[in-house]
Amino acid sequence: MRGRGTVFLGFVSAMMLDARHGLAQAPANWQTSFGVSASETKERIVALHDHILLIGVCIVALVAMLIGFALLRFRASRHPTASKVTRMPWLEFGWTIAPVLVLGAIAAPSLQLLAYESDIPDAQLTIKASGHQWFWRYSYPDNGGFAYDSIMLPPASVPAGEPRLLAVDNRMVVPVGAVVRIQVTSSDVVHSFFMPALGLQIYAMPGRLNETWTRVEKPGVYYGQCNQICGLNHSFMPIAIEAMAQPDFDAWVRDAATRYPVVSAATISAQVAK
Amino acid sequence: MSATEHRRECRSIAAWLFTTDHKAIGTLYLGFAIMAGTLGGAISGYMRLELAQPGMDYVVNGQSWNALITAHGLIMIFYMVMPALIGGFGNWFVPLMIGARDMAFPGLNSLGFWLLPLSLIMLIGSLLVGDGTGTGWSLYPPLSGIDGQPGPSVDMTILALHLAGISSVISAINFVTTILNMREDRLPLFGMPLFVWSILISSLMLLLAMPVLAAALAMLLADRNFGGAFFDPAGGGDPMLFMNLFWFFGHPEVYIMILPAFGIISQIVSRFSGRPIFGYPGMVLAMASIAALGFIVWAHHMFTVGGGFAPRAFFTLASMVIAVPTGIKVFAWIATMWGGSIRLTVPMLWALGFIIMFTVGGTTGIVLANAGADQVLHNTYYVVAHFHYVLSLGATYAIFAGFYYWFPRMTGRMFPEWVGRLHFWCFFIGTNVLFFPMHFLGLAGMPRRIADYPDGFLGWNMIASLGAVLALASTLLFLVMLAVSLRRGALAPRDVWGPAFTHEWDDDPEMARPRGTAGAEAGA
Repeated sequence: MRGRGTVFLGFVSAMMLDARHGLAQAPANWQTSFGVSASETKERIVALHDHILLIGVCIVALVAMLIGFALLRFRASRHPTASKVTRMPWLEFGWTIAPVLVLGAIAAPSLQLLAYESDIPDAQLTIKASGHQWFWRYSYPDNGGFAYDSIMLPPASVPAGEPRLLAVDNRMVVPVGAVVRIQVTSSDVVHSFFMPALGLQIYAMPGRLNETWTRVEKPGVYYGQCNQICGLNHSFMPIAIEAMAQPDFDAWVRDAATRYPVVSAATISAQVAK
Repeated sequence: MSATEHRRECRSIAAWLFTTDHKAIGTLYLGFAIMAGTLGGAISGYMRLELAQPGMDYVVNGQSWNALITAHGLIMIFYMVMPALIGGFGNWFVPLMIGARDMAFPGLNSLGFWLLPLSLIMLIGSLLVGDGTGTGWSLYPPLSGIDGQPGPSVDMTILALHLAGISSVISAINFVTTILNMREDRLPLFGMPLFVWSILISSLMLLLAMPVLAAALAMLLADRNFGGAFFDPAGGGDPMLFMNLFWFFGHPEVYIMILPAFGIISQIVSRFSGRPIFGYPGMVLAMASIAALGFIVWAHHMFTVGGGFAPRAFFTLASMVIAVPTGIKVFAWIATMWGGSIRLTVPMLWALGFIIMFTVGGTTGIVLANAGADQVLHNTYYVVAHFHYVLSLGATYAIFAGFYYWFPRMTGRMFPEWVGRLHFWCFFIGTNVLFFPMHFLGLAGMPRRIADYPDGFLGWNMIASLGAVLALASTLLFLVMLAVSLRRGALAPRDVWGPAFTHEWDDDPEMARPRGTAGAEAGA
């Protein structure tokens, strides 16, 4: 349980590092807690996690200390005659009620967070992410309906400064500060759209259109990976989201609309049905 | 009778094949679990070798990697933990503890065991035929469908699980019947040792959960081979139906594995604290409520499938409530030690390791129970860390605790105490170094079931692999100790662990040899 404390301390130091370096989004060696938080959702998740972790560390420490103390105090060599008492109703009542209270202290903020995540605010932009074996296809129905594939760069062609297995050829692009509705589905097997820095994860299910949302607070490139086993190249299906200022985003959209083919609603629904 | 004769009898293969004696069958289950555990452990060693550095250096491709992780999970659950805890210790000690001459259906008992090796052969076959079952143990369609896994491997895995399921249901029926009907005179239900209670409750859970898995697997088999569309959206089906069915089985399954572990820990903590377990009725009710709650929390494995607020809030709250009966158990174990007269023997060492490590795993379970936080933890290494803390450092510690505890009763011999302690400390350090860093990897966002990882995950993966070396080395030490002690171990004295509170120790340890394998009792 000393390790649990390390997680907590590690978290504090990781946060301090994050504050200094701003945008270190890819996972780093010897990281002991969450990476960067680029959305309010993620910040709230981190806060809830730390709240529960603190309680958890206390519980593990309590159990370990009680056992350690019992071993010292009640070893056969020091305490040759065992007590015959096997019931203490008030004590048993106490250790049944105490965890209920502790759980209450966890449940309240937990349900608040869940409500915050579940309630999708009015979105300024909708992006559709469709999982395929083994790449993602992003489409922008609000911006003319262009769509493009996002495929992992082979390790040999990853540019300097970009992480291996996370860098992709075409990133998903979102404007900073805007509420983005993300619709997720799959054309083949179950995938999971997982973006740790944004506190975002939702399954890409064939035959279903799942919906979630995010509001990226800081510009930067954020990395995640497909997080549901999906066959041969499950390890090689990263997600990269680039958040940029609204004017840059508008310029990107104008360019993308000319570069990528438009996918009509009919094509999309045919794809979903498949 | 002489030791030579005894050995000759034990070597008689026919006697083992056809035995219906509960002790002999218990021994078969334990031997089988040790073999399967070695196989599952070897696979995990190979996995840690692959993950010790980035890149794919050892496995052929992602599919064979996926097949290996699937085999590791299924082998450890169905062929190691369950056979050891329920089939092994359950068969050996439930009848002895309640004063029954044997199990209620000895022939059925034998059938239940012999289905397992067949099942395991089928599962290993699925690795060797075609591309293997690359789906993870949860077998989600469409990946497990005929398009996702075209070869015969998944069908073989399904049939293997059907066989294992039949075996479990048979043994569960046998335990329930035995415990309810064959208790010796005047042993009330609420006088039974907690281990017997744990096997009774686990068996009842098996009877409810296993048929649901069987149904899901049968539907999957139909989808793959007979044009079914239970899980195929194009035919009006839904993969989420499979997820619901699978986890309606899958979550109770984890309590089926851990309740007998609780039972063993209760017996050991009580014995080596020199007093009966503290708060016995509360302990029984805690197990019963864990079992009942276990059936209404399955969707916490599905927090990210796209549900709304209400279902996720329900499953968050229901999952967290399980901490209450679990807490009762941990506190009662401590209270039993408190005021007791504690002897820190090898089994007690394993039991204390269990309590502390299980508490760590329970705590991370509370974290994971929160649907809101699960958005960044689901399917990451945090989950891998969590369930290995409750299984690899929980259930497995309990198996070793029970094994060392009952070894003199089962074999009439003792193990060298120092080896038991060395085994414990190496395994304790090894498994912690192996699994603790996985919390960090999970928080950093490393997905589970990947064969190659971004370079930022290297550090802790390397450490985890070093831990695996130590854990596997200590398991080898255990196997060597077992081989030596079985033949040359010192004969166990009659009251090897001091005064007992349960009846499995009543007869002479010399009678430890299984009844079905012996010709005559004369001379014993």
